Amino acid sequence: MGQPRVIIVGAGPAGVRAAETIVAAGLTPIVIDEGRRAGGQIYRRQPENFRRAYTDLYGTEAPRAKSVHDGFDALRDRIDYRAETLVWNIADGHVWTASGTAQEAIPYDALILCTGATDRLMPMAGWDLPGTYSLGGSQVALKAQAVSIGSQVVFLGTGPLLYLVSSQYIKAGAKVAAVLDTSSFTARITALPDLLALPSVLWNGIALTRAIKAAGVPLLTGVTPVAISGDARTGVTGVTVRLGDGSERHFAADAVAMGYHLRPETQLADLARCTFAFDELTRQYLPVRDPDGRADAPTPLYLAGDGARVLGARSAEASGKLAALAALSDLGQPVDQGAIIMLRREVGRYGRFARGLAKAFPWPHQQAAALSDDTILCRCECVTVGDVRRTMDVTGAAETNRTKAFSRVGMGRCQGRYCGHAAAEVIAAHGEFPVADAGRLRGQAPVKPLPIAIGEAE
Amino acid sequence: MSNPVTHSDVLIIGGGLMGSSAAFFLRHTHGKSVTLIESDLVGRQASGTNFGNVRRQGRPIHQLHLANRSLEIWRKANELLGADVEYLQSGHIRVCYRERPENIGKMEEYAVEARQNGLDLEILTGNALRDRFPFFGTDVVAGSYSAMDGHANPRLAAPAFARAAQKLGAQVFENTRIGHVTKVGTDFIATAKDGRVFKAPVLLITAGAWAGELSAQFGEPVKLTARSPTMSVTEPVPYAIAPAVGVMTPLEVETVYFRQVARGNIVLGGSTRAPAVAETYRSFVKPQNTLTQLQQLRRLAPALARLNIIRVWTGIEGYMDDSLPVMGPSATTSGLFYAFGFSGSGFQIGPGVGQTMAELIATGATGIDLSHYRVERMKAG
Repeated sequence: MGQPRVIIVGAGPAGVRAAETIVAAGLTPIVIDEGRRAGGQIYRRQPENFRRAYTDLYGTEAPRAKSVHDGFDALRDRIDYRAETLVWNIADGHVWTASGTAQEAIPYDALILCTGATDRLMPMAGWDLPGTYSLGGSQVALKAQAVSIGSQVVFLGTGPLLYLVSSQYIKAGAKVAAVLDTSSFTARITALPDLLALPSVLWNGIALTRAIKAAGVPLLTGVTPVAISGDARTGVTGVTVRLGDGSERHFAADAVAMGYHLRPETQLADLARCTFAFDELTRQYLPVRDPDGRADAPTPLYLAGDGARVLGARSAEASGKLAALAALSDLGQPVDQGAIIMLRREVGRYGRFARGLAKAFPWPHQQAAALSDDTILCRCECVTVGDVRRTMDVTGAAETNRTKAFSRVGMGRCQGRYCGHAAAEVIAAHGEFPVADAGRLRGQAPVKPLPIAIGEAE
Repeated sequence: MSNPVTHSDVLIIGGGLMGSSAAFFLRHTHGKSVTLIESDLVGRQASGTNFGNVRRQGRPIHQLHLANRSLEIWRKANELLGADVEYLQSGHIRVCYRERPENIGKMEEYAVEARQNGLDLEILTGNALRDRFPFFGTDVVAGSYSAMDGHANPRLAAPAFARAAQKLGAQVFENTRIGHVTKVGTDFIATAKDGRVFKAPVLLITAGAWAGELSAQFGEPVKLTARSPTMSVTEPVPYAIAPAVGVMTPLEVETVYFRQVARGNIVLGGSTRAPAVAETYRSFVKPQNTLTQLQQLRRLAPALARLNIIRVWTGIEGYMDDSLPVMGPSATTSGLFYAFGFSGSGFQIGPGVGQTMAELIATGATGIDLSHYRVERMKAG
């Protein structure tokens, strides 16, 4: 028997640190990543011919970004790296990959998923208009291509990314019309004890807020989104929100970046048949894993980084190492128990901070009940909020998968990754039951669209 | 305290398309009181996850009268049920490959017999085929076209029948698993795993892959093999392909089929199926089966290679060794009826099966020939 085969999916901070840990144990992991360059999303690397400085791209996190990038570059000859490769299914101890039309089924002895997160989105009137982006998408435009999503941009939603991306836009010289946060200032005070778990990160957040204000950009908290205005042909013309005192304010804009913190990309864990459990604080189903990242699944599966829990990039590095050590230990390799204990402590601190973030920037679930019937809920399939409510009334469907079967909500090319949480809230609100009872959309392969030409060359 | 007891004229165990449509017609046409019991959710397995082919051709000639009867129901289903089941009468074409030229002769023979049994088929070859259906690959040499067939949405059909039955007064119980069933005196007594009891003088078992354990309780064990079809769907593209398309071949791997729905997605099915375990209620598409299916699709319609699939799915189907269903009265127990084991070919005939079983139960006779589907044939084999 040769050396055990460890597969790592994702080459962001968690994946890179996991790979380092596996290499340090003398094994050669396979690292599979959808990106063209390693680094992941938050430390996304610019294209090779771009020459912006690390501090311009990553601000206070520049040293960490550089360390992850350098760490990966040092590994290049010691790992089997598959860039621009999609894991489209997992079954019977194999990952199934697609790269262009080339396909492969690769067996594993341990699978470490470092799949990252995407924006958590709540629909609103007009969010389907051209010129509406997620916060993550607007950050990618800036980081990867050095472009703004518009000439006058409104940032709307909540969470650290709202402040990070808007201040990055300001710094890059883009015109930011307003930063509109649905969370209240009071929520932040309540969350303070947990946020103090990481004083330096908290301080960075406060500094971002100051930078936005110093640039003269209106920053409002405790707002309720009313509508994105515009028309389908020419796109966004502005954003209207309601303030705490009940008055409405309109900001002219030709682009909107929106998002309500992040959600883990869990569909590969789902395809690997990991158990999921409901998390009351963030109101979503999450894969079940132990503190080291061992998943509750039929094959040796480990989860790290934001793909398991949204704890941020720093935590992702630690949880990537920890998951790799857990995998090595289960494979009978010698591991440093002291390192495990230190990492657990570190990840625990990030966990407390993340709970603070979830309290400070709560998912605005109450908006779901208030959405008008004509609001698009599922953009892939053009299913409105009213379609879902009517489907429930007519068919008696009282759970997300059943409602999906009858109304097509979450059935399109993103498979509900963007509308699934909002759909569950709409369903729970309309059915008047707890959102946990609305269940979660069952994942189906392929995780991303798969070419029918797959395997053609063989 | 005793368990709650539900009484009705007819008890149906199995809320797929057969059970739901039988419940509907028992109420609608015959005014019987009906209780429909489903162990999971109505129409969630074979009935809800199949390809949605409303296809008569390719069925045994002796099944065409049933298929014709069913087609009449599909054509008026929306009106009958008060719900859109997305039936699209857009034609169906079955093709054969160059490698099997003997199939052209078989197609022609089948067409002659089919015409005598109410199914009009047009055989197309060469330029006539390519002019009408330019999307076929070069391996395709002949096609048998039925203008009066088409497709419908399987996710919607069985639930629509069950809801319509319910509106007419049928009682429908989902998430109700029957453990023990027996006949005492003139009544069948079915006991759910949670203790609820259902009684009726007539019992119809339409439990698909799960039917064997029920029929065995009446001394009629039936071997059913649970299998899971390989299904996929593409992203939507402009609507351009009217007919549902399938391949005539003796090889399972080549039996790929596709149809384009009105909103533009192309639904794919066929090729190799995966084994399944009925008791788990969850089955999975094997990744290799998806790849094989896509390979076969490229052969059938090469231009589709430019699209992506966005989702795969499957469900649990019950297969008989001879691919024919069990349909008709029990040989051991009066008042007991069966309609299961449709072996991956039940969707089109489903509403006709429901109507025929309702008629048989309510009137004691039906004009549809059920002699090929006797439960006792399995003993002889």
